[in-house]
Amino acid sequence: MDHPLALYIHWPFCLAKCPYCDFNSHVRERIDQARFGRALRTELAWEAVRLGRRPLASIFFGGGTPSLMAPETVAELIADATHLFAPAPDLEITLEANPTSVEAGRLAAFRAAGVNRVSLGVQSLNPEDLRLLGRQHSTAQAVAALELARGLFPRISFDLIYARPGQTLAAWRAELRQALELAADHLSLYQLTIEPGTGFEALHRRGELVLPDDDTAAALYDATGEEAAKFGLAPYEVSNYARPGSESRHNLAYWRYADYAGIGPGAHGRISLDGALLATRRHRAPEPWAERVERSGHGSTTEEPVAPPDRAREMLLMGLRLTEGIAEDRFAARTGMALDDALDAQTLARALEEGYLARAGGVLRALPEGRKRLDALLAELVA
Amino acid sequence: MTDTPIDRIRNFSIIAHIDHGKSTLADRLIQATGGLSAREMTEQVLDNMDLEKERGITIKAQTVRLTYKAKDGLDYTLNLMDTPGHVDFAYEVSRSLAACEGSLLVVDASQGVEAQTLANVYQAIEAGHEIVPILNKVDLPAAEPEKVKQQIEDVIGLDASDAVMISAKTGLNIEGVLEALVTRLPPPKGDPDAPLKALVVDSWYDQYLGVVILIRVKDGRIRRGQKVRMMARGSAHSVEQVGVFTPRMVAVDDLGPGEMGYITAAIKTVADVAVGDTIIDDRNPAAEPLPGFKPSIPVVWCGLYPVDADDFEKLRESLAKLRLNDASFHYEAETSAALGFGFRCGFLGLLHLEIIQERLQREFDLDLIATAPSVVYRVHRTSGEVEELHNPADMPDPSQIDHIEEPWIKATIMVPDDYLGAILTLCSERRGQQVDLTYVGNRAMAVYRLPLNEVVFDFYDRLKSVSRGYASFDYQMDGYAESDLVRISILVNGDLVDALSFIAHRSQAERRGRSICEKLKDLIPRQLFKIAIQAAIGGRVIARETIGALSKDVTAKCYGGDISRKRKLLEKQKEGKKRMRQFGKVEIPQSAFLAALKMDA
Repeated sequence: MDHPLALYIHWPFCLAKCPYCDFNSHVRERIDQARFGRALRTELAWEAVRLGRRPLASIFFGGGTPSLMAPETVAELIADATHLFAPAPDLEITLEANPTSVEAGRLAAFRAAGVNRVSLGVQSLNPEDLRLLGRQHSTAQAVAALELARGLFPRISFDLIYARPGQTLAAWRAELRQALELAADHLSLYQLTIEPGTGFEALHRRGELVLPDDDTAAALYDATGEEAAKFGLAPYEVSNYARPGSESRHNLAYWRYADYAGIGPGAHGRISLDGALLATRRHRAPEPWAERVERSGHGSTTEEPVAPPDRAREMLLMGLRLTEGIAEDRFAARTGMALDDALDAQTLARALEEGYLARAGGVLRALPEGRKRLDALLAELVA
Repeated sequence: MTDTPIDRIRNFSIIAHIDHGKSTLADRLIQATGGLSAREMTEQVLDNMDLEKERGITIKAQTVRLTYKAKDGLDYTLNLMDTPGHVDFAYEVSRSLAACEGSLLVVDASQGVEAQTLANVYQAIEAGHEIVPILNKVDLPAAEPEKVKQQIEDVIGLDASDAVMISAKTGLNIEGVLEALVTRLPPPKGDPDAPLKALVVDSWYDQYLGVVILIRVKDGRIRRGQKVRMMARGSAHSVEQVGVFTPRMVAVDDLGPGEMGYITAAIKTVADVAVGDTIIDDRNPAAEPLPGFKPSIPVVWCGLYPVDADDFEKLRESLAKLRLNDASFHYEAETSAALGFGFRCGFLGLLHLEIIQERLQREFDLDLIATAPSVVYRVHRTSGEVEELHNPADMPDPSQIDHIEEPWIKATIMVPDDYLGAILTLCSERRGQQVDLTYVGNRAMAVYRLPLNEVVFDFYDRLKSVSRGYASFDYQMDGYAESDLVRISILVNGDLVDALSFIAHRSQAERRGRSICEKLKDLIPRQLFKIAIQAAIGGRVIARETIGALSKDVTAKCYGGDISRKRKLLEKQKEGKKRMRQFGKVEIPQSAFLAALKMDA
C-alpha cells in the first residue's frame, strides 16, 4: 500500500529577515528566479523517481517568502507534481504569502496556477507591533490582502503572533476579535518566543526586549482559545485553529507523522522507502543547494533511516500537539513500537491523573492543560 | 645564623581586625628591614593562598625573621608571627601567641576596636604579652586617634598614651613601630643547655620538602640530623632541615632558645603533626611538655556530595590532598538516600567549612552539594550509652533516647548602641542567655551564651544585616547542656530528602519547618506537576507548601522541518534529567540545599 504523500516546496528568499524568525530564509539583492525554479523542478523529478507514482494529498509552498516566486514557476511545479504523482481529487495546494501590495497583486496569478489555499503572514493588526516585528506591510495592506484573497481562494488562513512585549490580555482579545471578523476559516496563532540566532535573541539577552511571563503567556493562550471558539474556530493543534473541515491537511500530515517529501534548500522529509522510514534533508544554503541539484539532480545531504525508538519520539512530539491525539494502532504500525513501551509509566499515570492527558478508545491525547505544557510533559513522558 | 644573643631577639605577633591593616603593616616592616627588595614585594607577602588574599584572612600561621639596626646601634632579630585571623582558628591563634612575648595591637584610627580584636588581645594578655597599641590610618580625614586611644583604655584597659601613630599604607612612622618593638617588648627567655623543648606553632605540606613545621624553640637547641620526638603524638623523626624565613626559606645549622623557624623531617602529612605539641630530643627528652596542648576537634559537620556521581573518587582524592595540609578538618565516607555517595566532613567552624568547600570547587573543579551544617550532639540512650551525633540522619528513634545534649558557645558581640536592640532580639530568638552587657562610649559589648546550632546556619549573616555590618563577633566553645531537641524531616512529594533533615530545639521546630518549606518553595523552580513540600517531626507534619505546576511550556511552531531538531532536544533534555538529583520526580537545584537552611527572621 502506497503512503499518500504531502509535498513541501521551500522558497528560501525573503525581502528582509524578520527579527523573530529562525527559519531557513535568506535575503538577496537579485534572485535568479529561472535558476531556482529549474532546480526545484529537477529535484522534484528526482524525488518522484524513487518515490514512484504515489497518491499526492497536498502541496505546500513555504519559505522564506514563496509569494516572491514567479507565478509561472509555481504553475510549473504544480503541473509537474500532479503529473509525477497521483493527485487526490481534493488535492490541497497552499502557498504562504505576505500581504504587501506587490505580493497581493500576484494572488490572482497564483490562483490561476492552481493554488487553492493561501496562508497570509499578517502577524499583527497593530501598526506599532508590525514595525517591532520587522514586517514590510501595514495594517491596511493586511486587511486589503485578506479581502482580496477571500474573493480569490476557496480557503484562506493567516498568522498572528501574540504575547508581544507589553501586550495586555484585553488588547490581545480586541485585536484577535478584529482578526476573527475578517472571516478566515483557519488561523495560526503563535506565541512569540525567542529563538536562537535571531535579532530578538540579542535584544532579549541585553534586556531590551521583555516578554510577558509564563503566567501571562498562559492567560493569553487561554484567551486565544476562548475568542476563537466564539467564532466557531476550534483548536486542532497547539497553535492552529480551524472551522471543522478547514484544518490544514498538509500540516496534519506532519503532526500525524505521515509521509512528507521536502524539496528545496533546507527542506526536511520523512518518507517510507523500501520498508524503511527515511529522514531526508537538503543542503541549507540556497546557492550550494542549487549547484548540487545542477550537478547531481538533487541537493540531499544526509539521509538516514529513523529507528523505531526515534520514530516513537517523533510521533509523540508531533501527535500530542493535535487535539485528536494519537491512535495507538497507528502508532504501533508507524513506529514499530507499542505505545506503552515508548512511555514512562509513572509519568503517564500522573499526567492522566492530573488531567494533562486522556486515554480512551485506543487514543492517547493531550488535554488543553497538557498541551500548554507539552514540552515539559514530553521531556518526562518519553521513555 | 643563630649568632644573635637572646636579649636581642624580639618575637611578636600582630593583632588586628580584618581590614585594619595587619598585612599592609607586615609588608612595610619587611620592606623597611630589607627582607625583600621592592621588586620582590608583591602585595601582602604573607597571605599565600588566593583565598587568603581575597578574604583578607590568614589561615596558616607564618613567620618572618627581620634584621633591624636600632637607634642604639645594635642589630636586633625581630621575628614576626603572622597568626590566623578568625574565630574558627582560636586555638591555632593561641599557639601562635604562645610563641611570642609581645604583640602589636593594630587599630584603625577611624573604626576603633572590634570584637575580634578584643578576643585576640585578651588571648595575648593571657599569654603574658607586652602589648604595643598602634593606631593605623591616622592620615585619613575620618581618623579620631584621641577617641580611639580612649576606647583602647576603656575597653581593654591598656595604657594607650604611647600608642604609635602610623599609616601602613603610606609608610608613615614604620620606624616608630620598629623602635617600639626593640624598646618596649621583652626579649625571650630560655636555657640553651636544658633539654630541647620546641613548640609546634603550625605546619603545612610542601610538595618538595614534605611537611614543614613552624616552631618556636623554648629551651635547648634543635639541629639538622637530630632525632626528635613529638611528645603528644609519640612519633619520632630525624630532622632533615632547620631554617628561618626571611621570608624566603633559608637553611641554618640550628635554632636556639627564643628563636623561630622551621624544620622538616620527611613527614608525609600534617595529620602527623599536632599544633601545640612539644618537640623534644629523643635521646635527652625533656620531662614536661609545654603547657596548653589541645587536640583539634571539629565542631561543625556537613555532608559534601559530588553533583555528578562520577566525581566521587575525584572528591575523595581532593579531600585527601586538602587534608595533607589541614589536619583540623576531618572526613569520612557516607551515603545518603537522596544524594548517593559522599563524605561527612568536620570543620573547626563555619568559615573553615566555607573555605574547604570553596577550595574544593576552585582548586579541584568539583561541583558539590553541601548538606545543612550540624553541630556535634551528645545522645544519651536509654540503655545508658552515650554517642556523638553529627549527622541528623543518624539520630536514633526517640524511644531509644533518654536525653540529648547540645554544645554551647560564649559569644562576645560589639555593636554601636543604635543596633543593640536588634542584636539583643536576635540573640534571644536564638535561645541566647545574656551573660554581660557593658557600654563603652557609644558602643555596647554584649556577652551571650548561645547554643552553637543556632549560630551555624546564618547567625553571621543575620548579625551583619541587623547591624548594617557594624557588629563584630567572636566566640569560644562553652560546654554542653541538655536540651529538648527534635529532628525535622523534609519530604518532597512524600519522599524523604534525608540531606535536608536537621535538628532543632522543639520551641523553634515549627518556625524553622515553616521557614524551610517557604524557602524551598522559592528555590525549587516550577515543574511539570505541582510539588508538595512538607516538614515533619516523626510522622507529624508541621508545615506544608505547594509549588504550582509551571503554567506554559510548549513550542509555538512545530512543523515538518522541526522534527529532527525537536527530537534531539528532547533526547538532550532526557540526558540532562538523568544527571540531575531527583526526589519523587522533582529536580532540586544544588543551591537549594544550603540556602534552604538559612533562616530569615
